[in-house]
Amino acid sequence: MNCAEARLLLHAHADGELDAANSLEFGRHLKSCAACAAEDASLRALRTALRSADLNYRAPASLRTDVRQFVRDLEPEAPRPIVPLQWLWKWLALGLAATALAVVSLRPTGISEHDTQLNEVVANHVRSLQADHLMDVASSDRHTVKPWFDGKLDFAPDVQDFAALNFPLIGGRLDYLDGRAVAGLVYRRNKHLINVFVWPATGPMKHETEARRGFSVIRFTAKGMHYCLVSDLNPTELEELAGLLEK
Amino acid sequence: MSATEPEHFERVVLPHLDAAYNLARWLAGNDHDAEDIAQEACVRAFRFIGGHRGGDARAWLLAIVRNTAFSWLKKNRPRAVVSIDDDEIAELEDPAVAAGALHGADRNALRAALEALPLEFREAIVLRELEGLSYKEIAEIAEVPVGTVMSRLARARRQLQNHFARKGDSP
Repeated sequence: MNCAEARLLLHAHADGELDAANSLEFGRHLKSCAACAAEDASLRALRTALRSADLNYRAPASLRTDVRQFVRDLEPEAPRPIVPLQWLWKWLALGLAATALAVVSLRPTGISEHDTQLNEVVANHVRSLQADHLMDVASSDRHTVKPWFDGKLDFAPDVQDFAALNFPLIGGRLDYLDGRAVAGLVYRRNKHLINVFVWPATGPMKHETEARRGFSVIRFTAKGMHYCLVSDLNPTELEELAGLLEK
Repeated sequence: MSATEPEHFERVVLPHLDAAYNLARWLAGNDHDAEDIAQEACVRAFRFIGGHRGGDARAWLLAIVRNTAFSWLKKNRPRAVVSIDDDEIAELEDPAVAAGALHGADRNALRAALEALPLEFREAIVLRELEGLSYKEIAEIAEVPVGTVMSRLARARRQLQNHFARKGDSP
């Protein structure tokens, strides 16, 4: 083994990724080559320093608590908020454009076993299809967006374009909330992006406006669907869209 | 969502929360962004838990953290995400001085040196030295060939060695 070969194998050897035959040859070369031995010693000093310095960061207790809470919120038997809102906001803030608006609707409890099974099949299917971007179908044409959901959801969301009222429809997305697939509609108001998830209502939900982490949230039931709007848009303008969707 | 999925999640994901946060923290560079990234990664992990069918859960979770962090960085700090795989590997300036300086290096000095590495080099070092993953596991997480992992590790280590060689040289 010459120096050029040894230098190539230096790291693999230190990392324990070299096979026995090459390790043996490498060891022999080190014994006969001071330059390569010095490189090897320097590499080992670096590795020892990195490993003994305890450079790992540990998850803060608040993160652990949040994650546990998030899981508990989704536990099917437990009484829970309709959607783990604080998580949704964080996720929206990070994963979507900083200015996102979501409409979420809820699945009732007390669904039949058959429905539960159906939900699971759909949910698993959806998860395999879900892509990590704002829109699965980008179109301002509701006649493109609405049919896109066909076969992807067990209901047909009402898709309208409010471009004339300064809420243009820009696309749609399949999403997943509270154990079921929901339609995600994306609207825009000026530079603010708007996501709308819709799914069938199982009972009336009071029209409510909330604020959370800088996002406005409006929830209501209309035309047999649950909606929950989330946006950094001001609540007044958000109510405008809610009003349009409610009509 | 089946009733067993939250249990599955608690069993599969929670034991590796420290590893998830560690990677997020090293990629993001500060506590606040790291916590956001780790949280989002956990949400994704929960949504995709059905896709985890055995295999090493830590590597699976770290791949999600990695993707979440890089998406976040591309959006929020695009200049941090610049690939430098084509760079030539530098010469090791003085192996003996580097080794000497490394023997006396404290935690803060090592942290600072690691933080100064380009993103993909830092990632390779964290996964290899701090998490102890194999080349193959790192390749899967970073979505690059094993040869690229080896090359990144070699370059990253060379930068760290030269960093300390220069420190060792100065009085």
